[in-house]
Amino acid sequence: MKTITIDPVTRIEGHLKIEVVVDGGVVKEARSSGTLFRGFEIFLRGRDPRDAARMTQRVCGVCPVAHATASALALDEAFGLSSKVPPNGRILRNMILGSNFLQSHILHFYALSALDYVDVAALDEAGPDEAELRAVRRFLERGQLGPFVPRYKTEFRLPKHVNRAAIAHYVKALEIRRICHEMIAIFGGRMPLQMATFVGGVLSTPTDDGIAAFLAKLARVRDFVKNAYLPDILAVAKAYPEHFELGRSGSNFLAYGAFDQAPACGPVSERKRFFPAGAVRNGVLSRVDVSAITEDVARSFFTDDCAAAPGEGKTEPAVAKEGAYSFLKAPRYGKEPFEVGPLARTMVAYLAGAKPQKETVDGVLAEAGLRLENFGGTLGRHASRAIEAALLTDALERWAMELVPGEPACAEGPPPKEARGVGLTDAPRGALGHWLEVGEGKIKNYQLVVPTTWNASPRDAAGRPGPIESALVGAPVRDEANPTEVVRIVRSFDPCLACAVHVVGVRRDSAGDGRVVRVA
Amino acid sequence: MSPAQARPGKVVEVPAIWIQGAGCTGCSVSVLNGVAPDISAVLLDQVVPGKHLNLRFHPTIMAGSGEVALRILAENSAEGGAKGGYVLVVEGAVPTAEGGAFCELGEESGRPVPFAEHVERLSRGALAVIALGDCAFSGGIPSCSPNPTGCKGVSAFLASKGISTPVVNIGGCPPNPDWFLGAVAHILLRGLPEAGELDPWGRLRLFHGKLVHDNCQRRAYFDTARFARHPGEQGCLYLLGCKGPMTYADCPDRQWNGGTNWCVRAGAPCMGCAEARFFERFGPVYEKVTDDRLARLREV
Repeated sequence: MKTITIDPVTRIEGHLKIEVVVDGGVVKEARSSGTLFRGFEIFLRGRDPRDAARMTQRVCGVCPVAHATASALALDEAFGLSSKVPPNGRILRNMILGSNFLQSHILHFYALSALDYVDVAALDEAGPDEAELRAVRRFLERGQLGPFVPRYKTEFRLPKHVNRAAIAHYVKALEIRRICHEMIAIFGGRMPLQMATFVGGVLSTPTDDGIAAFLAKLARVRDFVKNAYLPDILAVAKAYPEHFELGRSGSNFLAYGAFDQAPACGPVSERKRFFPAGAVRNGVLSRVDVSAITEDVARSFFTDDCAAAPGEGKTEPAVAKEGAYSFLKAPRYGKEPFEVGPLARTMVAYLAGAKPQKETVDGVLAEAGLRLENFGGTLGRHASRAIEAALLTDALERWAMELVPGEPACAEGPPPKEARGVGLTDAPRGALGHWLEVGEGKIKNYQLVVPTTWNASPRDAAGRPGPIESALVGAPVRDEANPTEVVRIVRSFDPCLACAVHVVGVRRDSAGDGRVVRVA
Repeated sequence: MSPAQARPGKVVEVPAIWIQGAGCTGCSVSVLNGVAPDISAVLLDQVVPGKHLNLRFHPTIMAGSGEVALRILAENSAEGGAKGGYVLVVEGAVPTAEGGAFCELGEESGRPVPFAEHVERLSRGALAVIALGDCAFSGGIPSCSPNPTGCKGVSAFLASKGISTPVVNIGGCPPNPDWFLGAVAHILLRGLPEAGELDPWGRLRLFHGKLVHDNCQRRAYFDTARFARHPGEQGCLYLLGCKGPMTYADCPDRQWNGGTNWCVRAGAPCMGCAEARFFERFGPVYEKVTDDRLARLREV
């Protein structure tokens, strides 16, 4: 038995440490912990509630829009505006969020994950010489290979011509994801940390020239998604077929859904969303019951009474707590761990019979020679992102055409003195919830339960590991100095530690005096 | 594709180490949005003729993880024997409370290494430090009251450690990619900025020399007292909380995302993000800055 520590896990958002116990070349047990704490809930308190949509974007600069969206939905509820957000406001929010889904998914596969499958250093001389490859070749010839080398020794399986195309796509993807952000800037002012999403709708107004610019940029993104991103994913699927099994977390999936097609009122499962909400337990789909969400702290460094529903929870440390090993709480749904994210959304949408998802997934299954029950794990997550990107490039065009220049995009109402609001949406990385309480006109309490807290959660009272921990068990580690499979699995979740580690304390080794914890 | 690509001749490799502390990766994502030069040209090609920025460490894009990644930091720190050979880019604030334990990066002999310690070691050996974005510049978002993690900007942190390596501050939450790439080009072409090129906050006047308000497309509305009072209205956004009159940045000229747009043009009041600790000093975002606070905003 040997414990391997990987710190930092790079090519993810934020600071993550992974420890795996390896025996006989296979992972037996895994633990994950975040190593940055900033304290958003603390400095949100006492501020103007409207500022939450701006400040919570700073939780994560990779998917700030999802936080702005969840925050605005919570604010809509607190201000009594949920049913009054004008169609332009609802649609522009969807266009801004949808463009960032595209950006995030493309960035995740090419900039963050591709280096685990594509060998940038192995560019052969033959074949067509695209501009992107000329730049790479000159770079390789100069021989200073940072930041692509050093790296773990990895088994690269893509055929030469596919690897070559994927290198060109790696470079092209940098341009395409940039265009996605330009699409957001048209209506959001700028990106990242766009400025438009606001309580009651958005601050900007649609114009025909803006719509035309958006569609022109979208066309370039769609071409890349359908002719490079999806084919590259299928090529990786053919080269690494066992990666649909490798990295499975179990069979529980949760999604709040995203992209409201009607005013966001009532229970989240009843809302008309392009990505539907739902909970899949052992292959059976049911409606999301928000009251079934709890946060378990049995194996977390918090006092036992911290276990509660989100929004009611508190954060009191218990450093010497026996059996605890993580500063993340463990969100559970009906007392069980649930994976959130693109694979969860795909499972929910497929089982809900959502037509566009079902058709696209069936197409990919046929291409990869798979049945739905084989679709999961590391590649299931990557493939789900590509499928979502393809669906969104079509949907965004429809939505842009529904805008009506000249009509309002924002509803107004008097700021409440005392109110509560909950904002539930899916972020690119999964189910995201903001719980807001307003008192005396200021933020009294603000709690976030973010995707990575679900996925990177520790074990619970019943000893059930969190999804990433489960996914790592059984992973092969052929060479302990090069735990490639471990980081491949972790990255497939697209973890965002800046998001996850926000209400936790910190471990400190104080000159050998043991652990000291301070939770502000 | 820059014209530099076609040129023959020797290319000088300028090593850069980019580390992230108490931040959100938004600065990195913003720099990815650069258009001229674009990020692939920065990574693969010459930023200015004959010089390539050799990005040895960047946690979000580098290939290596764990030990493989940490070794790069060790080799480049002052102890590793490297002196003055690289540019250090810091993104995010430096948490200093509890011995820096609120942000840790890697382990040494089983001991988690505080981010602050990395900043200290790497700064000593650096040619210069670029403090990128409001958090690295001033402490930024995580230093908001009550600053639970004791976050500091890089300049303040290095001063507390008696380290005199030159620091170039770049404001913004996020910074405009041109401010970073332009600063890099400026340093590669002309060397480190002279005192007169920096403003009292240590930012390049090239980007932070003008008030947003003075160059705003909506300035004529302000001069004729036509103020927007509701979202989506035409008019000056001052009464909706615009901080353009207190913010030094070239956003109205340069704009964002390759000239696509900028905040005020999209109907959103400037929130002053180019200024030190903007959320704390300028908030609430959607309230006009009161006169009593205006006087204090000029303090360095």
